[in-house]
Amino acid sequence: MDLHELTIHKAQDLLKNKKVSATELTRAVFERIENVEPIVDAYITITKDIAMDRAEAADKAISENNIKPLTGIPVAVKDLICTKGVKTTCASKILENFTPPYDATVMGKINAAGAVMVGKVNMDEFAMGSSTENSGFKVTKNPWNLSHVPGGSSGGSAAAVASDMCLGSLGSDTGGSIRQPASHCGVVGVKPTYGRVSRFGLVAFASSLDQIGPLAKDVTDAAILLQVISGYDPKDSTSVDKPIPDYRAALSGDVKGLKIGIPRQYNTSNGVSPDVLSAVQTAMDLYKGAGAELVDISLPHSEYAVAAYYLIAPAEACSNLARYDGVKYGARDKASSNLIDMYRNTRSKGFGPEVQRRILLGTYALSAGYYDAYYKKASQIRTLIKNDFMQAFETCDIILSPVTPTPAFKIGENVDDPLTMYLSDIFTLSANLAGIPGLSVPCGFSQSGLPIGLQLMGNYFAENTILNIAYCFEQATEFHKQRPKL
Amino acid sequence: MKLTKEEVLHVATLARLNIDESLIDTFADQLEDILEYVKTLDRLDTADVPPTFHAVDKSNAFRKDETTGHLDQESAVSNAPDEDEGYFIVPKVIE
Repeated sequence: MDLHELTIHKAQDLLKNKKVSATELTRAVFERIENVEPIVDAYITITKDIAMDRAEAADKAISENNIKPLTGIPVAVKDLICTKGVKTTCASKILENFTPPYDATVMGKINAAGAVMVGKVNMDEFAMGSSTENSGFKVTKNPWNLSHVPGGSSGGSAAAVASDMCLGSLGSDTGGSIRQPASHCGVVGVKPTYGRVSRFGLVAFASSLDQIGPLAKDVTDAAILLQVISGYDPKDSTSVDKPIPDYRAALSGDVKGLKIGIPRQYNTSNGVSPDVLSAVQTAMDLYKGAGAELVDISLPHSEYAVAAYYLIAPAEACSNLARYDGVKYGARDKASSNLIDMYRNTRSKGFGPEVQRRILLGTYALSAGYYDAYYKKASQIRTLIKNDFMQAFETCDIILSPVTPTPAFKIGENVDDPLTMYLSDIFTLSANLAGIPGLSVPCGFSQSGLPIGLQLMGNYFAENTILNIAYCFEQATEFHKQRPKL
Repeated sequence: MKLTKEEVLHVATLARLNIDESLIDTFADQLEDILEYVKTLDRLDTADVPPTFHAVDKSNAFRKDETTGHLDQESAVSNAPDEDEGYFIVPKVIE
């Protein structure tokens, strides 16, 4: 096995036993990047010099037996997580030259844990999109089939992991932006409970929905990364001060007696491809065989999730993105002679079409006379969606569903039709509206060889439960061990 | 839910965006599609349903009124498109 193919937990063992040095491992990852990045296009910025210095420091720490959870582990970071001294573009022209003077809390945490950041990865601009085609810089390809999208918005994070250009990565999930690309690229992706992971230093899209989480080659690696980034942060007033379970210790693989809820509304959802339905059915059978009980549950308001989400998220986004005014940071249109023109020209030149569309939609939904009909109405529906989940969790421990209706679509297929693109988020949005955790674990392949993911959603702060249930599936299957041929 | 050209331009003004003349119709059509779709929410009577603005219940997050670590002025203006001695410079706003 080549070094770049290692999982985090295997690399940890080799590093600890001095079978491999952090420098060798990091160098192997950069060689892999040199070989496949030209065809995958996952990275916006590659930080080789910093990484090699960090790897040397990791080797020194290992020689002193000072080993932390991520010592010497090469990771990639979505380009909307602030990195001190390293450009953070959000895949937007407006932040093309933005170099944060501070680290996001999660960066402080992974650095303190010894991680070696190899670069910043591509995404849909400001995390708005489901395909990474909305990047202001380039389109990332799906490593399993280069003419297909990797999903989004954390498409670079997922593609980099799937193509072994890092051992694990960080992404963010506002409506499925970790789980959907993880599903499309055949890796594990976790959206934690809202408040579990600090958002300080995460460039805001929709503040009541955004959450940072890990993408990894297997469930154990996802548990290791989640452990490092979780926790209360006084700098994020929405982070929650609750004890953090030992996620890796929770991975027993035992699901006997667990109740797995199957939403009846998702079962026959229109537009779900036969490949996805059969992969999910196989997973259900497997759990039954492992001693879990499948329970029929109802999420009666799930059909309203897409509509509620596409009012709430753009409303929050248009407020958050008001800060890009060409004054404090980011690009400025220097030709404008008065302030208002400067704002308008700066923003129109700096934001791509999808970002402008969502700003317009959000502004419309919040504007005089429409607030009650749109934003307030959507927020009331959000209550009903949340209540659906709370009721469901009275009769089941977790909820199982597809991640997406279809495997990854072709590049360019949906670009001109935003609504169709939005509807592909149907299974993932609800977890963000409710604030509950969800993950995607590889559960099969389509006839054409594209990965399919299984979604497991848990009750608030039950990341340990969903990780363990995913682990049970992973132990019984080989999907996560398959790698795209590049 | 027909969106007029004037409405699109009005919203663009509120959002401090310029919409290219050639894109107004496209934006109007796409926004119309989306707004038409979200009308499905009207099927539900939500008169007695309180809104949820935050998924995880939490009210205020207080801290002690003490200074803690913060960015120094030089770092704070380090990304400014135009600055002088720690001040942001903007186009003239007073005639």
